[in-house]
Amino acid sequence: MQLSREELLKAYRQMRTIRAFEDAVHEEFSAGNIPGFVHLYAGEEASGVGVCLHLMDHDYIASTHRGHGHCIAKGCDPKAMMAEIFGRKDGLCGGKGGSMHVADLSTGMMGANGIVGGGPPLICGAALSAKTLRTGGVAIAFVGDGGSNQGTTAESLNLAKVWNLPAIFVFEDNGYAESTASSWACAGDLVERGKAYGIPSRRVDGHDFFEVWDAAREAIERARSGGGPSVIHVKCARYYGHFEGDAMTYRGVGEVDEIKAERDCLKLFRQRVTEAGLLEAAQLDAIDQEAKRVIDQALAEAKAAPGPTAADLLTDVYASY
Amino acid sequence: MSKKSYREAINEALRQEMERDPRVILMGEDVAGGMGSPGEDDAWGGPFGLTKGIMPIFGRDRVLDTPITESAFIGAAVGAAATGLRPVAELMFVDFFGVCFDQIFNQAAKFRYMFGGKAVTPLVVMTMYGAGLRKAAQHSQCLYPVFTHIPGLKVALPSNPYDAKGLLAQAIRDDDPVVFFQHNLLHDEQGEVPDESYTIPFGEADLTREGDDVTIVAFGRMVGFSNQVADKLAKEGIGCTVIDPRTTSPLDTDTILECVEETGRLVVVDEAHPRCSMATDIAALAAQHVFKALKGPIEQVTAPHAPVPFSPQLEDLYIPGPDKIEAAVRRAMAS
Amino acid sequence: MSEGIKPIVMPKWGLAMREGMVAKWLVEEGAELSGGDEILDIETSKIANVYESPVAGPLRRRLVGEGEIVPVGALLGVVADSSVSDAELDAFVARFQEEFAVHAAEAGAAAPEPETIEAGGRRFRYLALGEGEGPPIVFIHGFGGDLNNWQFNQEALAEGHATYAVDLPGHGGSSKDLSSGHVHIGALAGAVIDFLDAKNVGKAHLVGHSLGGAVALDLALNHPERVASATLVSSAGLGPEINVSYIDGFMQAKRRKQLEPVLAMLVADPDMVSREMIEDVLRFKRLDGVEAALNRIIDDNFAGGRQALDLTRRLGEVTVPVQVIWGRQDQIIPASHAEGLPASVPVHVFDDAGHMVHMEKAAEVNDLVKRFVNG
Repeated sequence: MQLSREELLKAYRQMRTIRAFEDAVHEEFSAGNIPGFVHLYAGEEASGVGVCLHLMDHDYIASTHRGHGHCIAKGCDPKAMMAEIFGRKDGLCGGKGGSMHVADLSTGMMGANGIVGGGPPLICGAALSAKTLRTGGVAIAFVGDGGSNQGTTAESLNLAKVWNLPAIFVFEDNGYAESTASSWACAGDLVERGKAYGIPSRRVDGHDFFEVWDAAREAIERARSGGGPSVIHVKCARYYGHFEGDAMTYRGVGEVDEIKAERDCLKLFRQRVTEAGLLEAAQLDAIDQEAKRVIDQALAEAKAAPGPTAADLLTDVYASY
Repeated sequence: MSKKSYREAINEALRQEMERDPRVILMGEDVAGGMGSPGEDDAWGGPFGLTKGIMPIFGRDRVLDTPITESAFIGAAVGAAATGLRPVAELMFVDFFGVCFDQIFNQAAKFRYMFGGKAVTPLVVMTMYGAGLRKAAQHSQCLYPVFTHIPGLKVALPSNPYDAKGLLAQAIRDDDPVVFFQHNLLHDEQGEVPDESYTIPFGEADLTREGDDVTIVAFGRMVGFSNQVADKLAKEGIGCTVIDPRTTSPLDTDTILECVEETGRLVVVDEAHPRCSMATDIAALAAQHVFKALKGPIEQVTAPHAPVPFSPQLEDLYIPGPDKIEAAVRRAMAS
Repeated sequence: MSEGIKPIVMPKWGLAMREGMVAKWLVEEGAELSGGDEILDIETSKIANVYESPVAGPLRRRLVGEGEIVPVGALLGVVADSSVSDAELDAFVARFQEEFAVHAAEAGAAAPEPETIEAGGRRFRYLALGEGEGPPIVFIHGFGGDLNNWQFNQEALAEGHATYAVDLPGHGGSSKDLSSGHVHIGALAGAVIDFLDAKNVGKAHLVGHSLGGAVALDLALNHPERVASATLVSSAGLGPEINVSYIDGFMQAKRRKQLEPVLAMLVADPDMVSREMIEDVLRFKRLDGVEAALNRIIDDNFAGGRQALDLTRRLGEVTVPVQVIWGRQDQIIPASHAEGLPASVPVHVFDDAGHMVHMEKAAEVNDLVKRFVNG
């Protein structure tokens, strides 16, 4: 199954937008301009985009604390996201959630989550809704290698299987859960774990957009046709620390530079599509510039935007009280 | 209108709400029972038969038995609520909340606020609570103060069949996450319950009786005990107002404070543990807002700061029964 | 000799009443009573009201103290003239108490319950009390009320008459779904006819309150063959004015504190409105479909803040006996609507009563109805 030109352009645009967004946030955080915790997705773009390219607004995803990339891939507005990260009133969540809780239910983004393992049960719920209301939708949980060990993940795999839910669990294994290597923390094999629940499971190279895209296509078709859950183990790498401010002393010397040089997903994508004559380099360059412009503008607007007022402190605790 | 038990009232509320709105689903461990088993389907209807008869009407697409995996299925109920369904998830005993509290207090309770008002999470977690059945420490707690503490959650505790049906219907129609507490020992209580559907607003206390001398605020099973005591004291000319707040979040502080102002004496009866409970909450509210009206110290009648014991004699001592309530009222009257 | 001894007992106000409290004696021992004198303030869980002496003579004993709660039928006092000795009084009291203990146990079990019947495609709840030869008396409540509104009247009038108190559509225990068809006065009258047909009642003495009064009058005018007489109490249909703020307040109140001042508008003495009365109305309003039903009734009958139907001009042509009873202090429908009526229509206005005159002056109203239906 091949992607159309439009899809290829969209894929590249989304990945580039995420990269530009995360790089900008990294800079702003280093300059001391961003409050709280941020966890950046740069390097992992092919994973989020490879999966979300298949999805529509009525499909749901749940993310982790490292949620900016999933948000953009699912169609959230980068300007509103940037404003949210700065805590502005016109942020995607009114400044009430911040980086770790950025969400947009109208585009099916159930939120970044501050609790490791928070997503999988929620996605079982979204899948249950899709099944019960017959929307034809699927629900996808992005889980880190750290989250893959949580009890909630194990229970959710079990529940998704026994209820035959249109749910997909994407384990984005970037090699480290905080400062601890996944090779140490994860007993056994994540694909074997999925298979142990009777769930079709597959491992892919997260730097290769096309491999991710293909695995996601298979899993989503299975889910939509009533075939139940799937597991995709994505091996990828993050360029920045667990959180911004993490000096990454636990990583090998030159480890990140090497990945950036040899296995950067945007470079690999460009190489593939230009060599195959699917897209021109000039088109991709134009997208690079456009993405930078969009993010620069989002940043400028976010910085200038007003914050919430005292009255906003108590709004939306309840629908009614 | 007919006489129904607390259990029947809850069952009726569930059935009527599920008929009224196809988005309402029910899930939990053995809410029907017999799933995958060779014997009877709908074998249990919950451990005390509360949900019996519902699966045969609505089918297993809307009545879902779950594996014993609270964090997954309570979390699934949360996710389903945020994405278009109106689930009622049964947490068999509130003592089990330890394995799924994140889903309730960090996820469900906070979506609306964290997402800037753009989430609607119409979830009901239905759970059993309370001591008296010799189920010991891990199956007999109250714990509603813990949920009351969390902004974004609502908490309902019916004390009688009429309230049980109306509060559960309200909980299901409510667009916020509600934890609905049913006391184990009230299941067989009888009362007049309309056959038609109705709701009771949250934050509206039931003034079960009025008297001039002392205000008793009581919760759940303690309401009946308090009214027993009030009956007895009426014969001695002591008039008690007995307030059943019905919901701890939101709490009808207006009614409570008004009545305390009128009588000048307050006794709070709360089966929960004494630290950080509804008793301490209400005592503090009264002391803060109507201090001048108080004729003497506020009395709190609570369980002790101890786990629930197994042995029947000990459990009976643990529960704040009519004797303790009467003693507290008399102490209040002495000032 | 106990012939000269007249007991005063705790009255039964309404079906559910099992006991009442003597809140206050309004007369001293030794006072000379006339029938109808106010002698006691009685409080039940549902209502607080003044009790008028059913008998005349000297009040020889007050047997129950203020604040005491006694069962319905229990002895409160005895009236007897001076020819009766104290010893005879003591003996009477002792015997009464002995027999009463037996009766009380039996009485509790036999209280009549409302029933339901299907008629004209709707469910009606009604309470049937009493037996008698002539046409039955049919009580029709008003907006937001139900058959319990007649708790001080139905039992008294059931002596020697068959009686029915019926819940109008949208009210009490009758069907709440009013979505098909209209619910203006004529339609409600049609519903009452459906009920009468279902109960095989050819002709009835109608007693209607407020909106129910307009229904009764409509029936008297348009279906005189079904109406033996009509007593209109604080009736709608006799003028354009209606207290919209009462109706709005009634509809908007969702909580006890909001409803209490609204219900207080119904009576001359706001202390009559008890906690349980307020709770009963709240419980009614909480039922699914009630709000919609009441709004339909408002739309069809009180739209624009005025009564839609004025039958005053047609009163002159009515061929069945009609009487009108009002409370001067009526805040809902003004007592002025009782003025200027044809001379053929007897009118009784009580100065010290409001819109619920049939509760506030129950004994007098019962008397007026009894005399009217008996010819």
